[in-house]
Amino acid sequence: MSEIGKPISRIDGRLKVTGKATYAAEFNQQGMAYAFPVRATIAKGQIASIDDAAAKKEPGVLAVISHKNALKLKPLDQEAQMKAGAAFLGETLPPLQDNKVHYLGQFIAVVVAESYEQARNAAYRLKVRYNAEKGANDLKSELPKAKKPKMFMGEEAQVNEGKAAGPLAASAHRVNQTYTTPVEHHHPMEPHATVAVWDGTEKLTLYDATQGVGMTSAIAAYFLGLQPGNVQVIAPYVGGGFGSKGLWLHTLLVAMAAKVVKRPVKLALTRQMMQTNVGHRAATIQKVALGTDAAGKLSALRHHTDSYTNLTEFFEPSGKQSLVLYKAPLREVTYNVAKLNRGTPTFMRAPGEAPGTFALESALDEIAYELKMDPIAFRIANHTTNDPMKGHEFSSEYLVDCYKIGAENFGWSARSMEPRQKRVGKYLVGYGMATATYPGGRSAASVKVTMTANGEVTVGTASIDIGTGTYTVLAQTVADALGIPVDRIEVKIGDSSLPAAPLAGGSQTTASIHPAAMESCVMLRKELTTLAIADSSSKLHGRKPEEIGFANGKLFITGDEKKADAYVDILRRAKRTELEACATTQPVSGAGMTVPSALCTPRETPAEQNSDIKQHSFHSFGAQFAEVWVDEDFGTVRVKRFTSVHDVGRIMNEKTARSQIIGGVIFGIGAALMEATEYDQRWGNPVTRTLADYHVPVNLDVPPIDVHFIGKPDPHISPIGARGIGEIGITGVSAAIANAVFNATGKRLRDLPLTPDKLI
Amino acid sequence: MRSFKFSTANDTGSAITTVSANPTARFLGGGTNLLDLMKEDVMHPSELVNVTRLKYTDIDKSSNGISIGAMATNAFTANHERVRKGYPLLSMAILAGASAQIRNMATNGGNLIQRTRCPYFYDVNMPCNKREKGSGCGALKGINRNHAILGWSEKCVAVYPSDMAVALAALDAVVHVETPGKEQRTIPFVDFHRLPENNPEVDNNLKHGELITTIELPENNFAEHSYYLKIRERSSYAFALVSVAAALSLDGNKIKDVRIALGGVAHKPWRANVAEKWLSGKEATEANFKAAADAELKSAKPLEHNKYKVKMAVEAIVRALSNATSGAGYGINAGLEDNV
Repeated sequence: MSEIGKPISRIDGRLKVTGKATYAAEFNQQGMAYAFPVRATIAKGQIASIDDAAAKKEPGVLAVISHKNALKLKPLDQEAQMKAGAAFLGETLPPLQDNKVHYLGQFIAVVVAESYEQARNAAYRLKVRYNAEKGANDLKSELPKAKKPKMFMGEEAQVNEGKAAGPLAASAHRVNQTYTTPVEHHHPMEPHATVAVWDGTEKLTLYDATQGVGMTSAIAAYFLGLQPGNVQVIAPYVGGGFGSKGLWLHTLLVAMAAKVVKRPVKLALTRQMMQTNVGHRAATIQKVALGTDAAGKLSALRHHTDSYTNLTEFFEPSGKQSLVLYKAPLREVTYNVAKLNRGTPTFMRAPGEAPGTFALESALDEIAYELKMDPIAFRIANHTTNDPMKGHEFSSEYLVDCYKIGAENFGWSARSMEPRQKRVGKYLVGYGMATATYPGGRSAASVKVTMTANGEVTVGTASIDIGTGTYTVLAQTVADALGIPVDRIEVKIGDSSLPAAPLAGGSQTTASIHPAAMESCVMLRKELTTLAIADSSSKLHGRKPEEIGFANGKLFITGDEKKADAYVDILRRAKRTELEACATTQPVSGAGMTVPSALCTPRETPAEQNSDIKQHSFHSFGAQFAEVWVDEDFGTVRVKRFTSVHDVGRIMNEKTARSQIIGGVIFGIGAALMEATEYDQRWGNPVTRTLADYHVPVNLDVPPIDVHFIGKPDPHISPIGARGIGEIGITGVSAAIANAVFNATGKRLRDLPLTPDKLI
Repeated sequence: MRSFKFSTANDTGSAITTVSANPTARFLGGGTNLLDLMKEDVMHPSELVNVTRLKYTDIDKSSNGISIGAMATNAFTANHERVRKGYPLLSMAILAGASAQIRNMATNGGNLIQRTRCPYFYDVNMPCNKREKGSGCGALKGINRNHAILGWSEKCVAVYPSDMAVALAALDAVVHVETPGKEQRTIPFVDFHRLPENNPEVDNNLKHGELITTIELPENNFAEHSYYLKIRERSSYAFALVSVAAALSLDGNKIKDVRIALGGVAHKPWRANVAEKWLSGKEATEANFKAAADAELKSAKPLEHNKYKVKMAVEAIVRALSNATSGAGYGINAGLEDNV
């Protein structure tokens, strides 16, 4: 593998920085109209009336669509949706089907006009009357009515309920604290947008800012009552997703609008709509209790999360890491989930682990301090090499190495156990660390590789690049698997008509599509080999396939490389204009997040003994280290430097991998210090409505971030050995920062974000 | 956005005539605030008159200091030699605000008449007396972490967002205005903005059709000892939780003259008269700064979520005065260093 791992720059980088990469909202169509949604201004109740007379008189208006005249969609039906691969709907609320309002901001109508400005102008003239009810807007007051969910994404949601109390009471040392995290919003740089183009009444094309073209196609086809495959979803470039670009209602809304006006229609969300209509990370109240013996060995770990949902079964699974990390004989992990009238919570970068590691890793720091143990020594003393719940070995695990490499590069030994020991001018300086972890998932995937007569190769799969580097690393793998340079390879992704791949979520893309890419290249080489062996004018004529190697665009006899035959020559003599191979790889653990209906045809699924969750537990691990400077007079915290070390299997591209971790750490700095969506409980409206109120880090908030990788391939996840890397970077970051703030100031802050008002 | 009429004025007289003839017309400067407000339907002027081509785009010497054009951009002003040398406090304050892109667009006149960033003002579905007289104040009993601690009324607890204006208040600027009657009038800066009282819908004492032409800064002896300190939730591109413009004129370590104004605490830039009076003639020591700051903040009335601002304002006054005393705000790097 000479290309895999190389820190090459993104092959789509130039297109992006020159504005030539086309994003969903830029797919302008001839005769295109514009849709602007109208949002509910109450949190709960019914629409009593909608008066659209004034709106319809405004210039340019083509249609006003509400529940009174909207196209009837196929109703919700969990079983039928699962079968159609349409289960993954952001909120179970097909738009405009009735007059009920479930949250403030819900789409209740859409205005279609000749221009965006005209649509928006007319939308303001719609007069909506409601029969309002009192909304459930406050988590704390709704908790007494909360439910205990049995399952979360196929896993048991209440583990050992009530069993930790005894061992905790018997422990020599205990910490029992409550940690809270706020609502966070994803806010990818590119707002959600869809352009809908109907071809007659049975075929639809959606240019959509989505994390999964296959998923969007299946869901849209299901609700619009179209044949699977008759909705083509195109998303060559996506400006970030972070979990928010699943399928949300605007995509169905614009398809409905386009059908009414019989023209292509564009709908682009405003930043304000992104605060209400495309999901968020729910707030959590987490109670973590740890008990240890006198020597600091954990005896029990209890992690309870109070959170909420609205229109799906999804809730923030903050206990996930507490089922994986550390050797504790007993662990109790439970959830209470209330229902709020608030836009529906959804997956957000490291759902569960991001807020969950804040609570667990803060609690660990607290108990280590009580024990007067170094936090790393405490973690090493309680390290586990087995999955503590399932009992399997981890497929590949180098967490202790992460601690050691991190400590050395960060200079951890300069930290004092006691807080308030280091000052620079007006600032108190502190060091903190935390463990990072995220599951190593893998799904079924199909990849097609095509070689043309001139030796150029196209690799295609319905995967997506949400800014992660999918284009680049896929080209690197194919370059290695065929022995050709990266610049001879064109990567085609982001189109649901390509062979199926998982959506870009759960850090699974690399682990899933690369084994399939590798396999399809093997098939292609096999066919080239067969052609060469059969061709009497080939230097490889009559030789055995196992004697033949490949490199530099040629097949050759291993050990006698002068006996070679170039791919282009083989194709020319065989009079083949192109060769094509499509391989599906399916891990033992199953299809996972991939819509199973659209794999390669004919489907070839090589037997693969990898990613067997009955044999191994698949997780990535890491260690995060922060140095903070605190100005106590003002309560301001600056992260001055950060070290992030990760064990994520093989590194596919050192540069894009590093960028992923840097991005994750920045996300974590935002969560630690500033990101929070606040709601006014009287009305249920977000008060932080735009990026002026919802603060994300600016360049000056981001210190030098020192990234290290263990880089050892995972022998069990796939023949390539790479686990995903998109989410682990954020985990543990806010705990490392909060722990550093404690080390600097002696103040233990358990409520994110650590804004000046809490520290002053 | 609702549709509106648009024109570009080539002379001051016609700009004023057009706007004063239409009660719902507005002047348009860089548009960095007004256009946002129009997109969100908070303001819906029927007519905009672009005034950025008018002649008031330079920074000149005046009889008693300098005269800053209302249509000059914030960026041009902050980087102008006359300002950097003679009024580094103003440079620092401007550069502490917004982003480079916004400062390149925003005009000085527009900066003065920008509206509050109170989220209840911005959300047309929420009550706000400033946006819709008589609808109530959403923030008074709502989320008011970023709201006023001084000078607010039951009708409005919003704060005025500008950084530039805090420095102008400290430096005793004078706003020059041309009226629809073709007259020139001047408004002392401290009287330009107003407290909310019973009519928070009125931000300032400018009348409809009046156009800000220049902002005059009198000469002073503060250049070597002035500092703008801004505390915010991230390092840049955020409105102040609390900011302080501090300027001193020293005789040895004795305070001959002092100016202090606060941002982020009131409906207008808050001139700290009490603290100024307390410090006059005293030694420039941290203890004195602290006593003066405490005296100024005695009248603070924090809301449910912003009690932190009182201590923050005291500490910020102390730090800003200390930095001003040491000369940290003077020289070619004024406003560029990391000041929190």
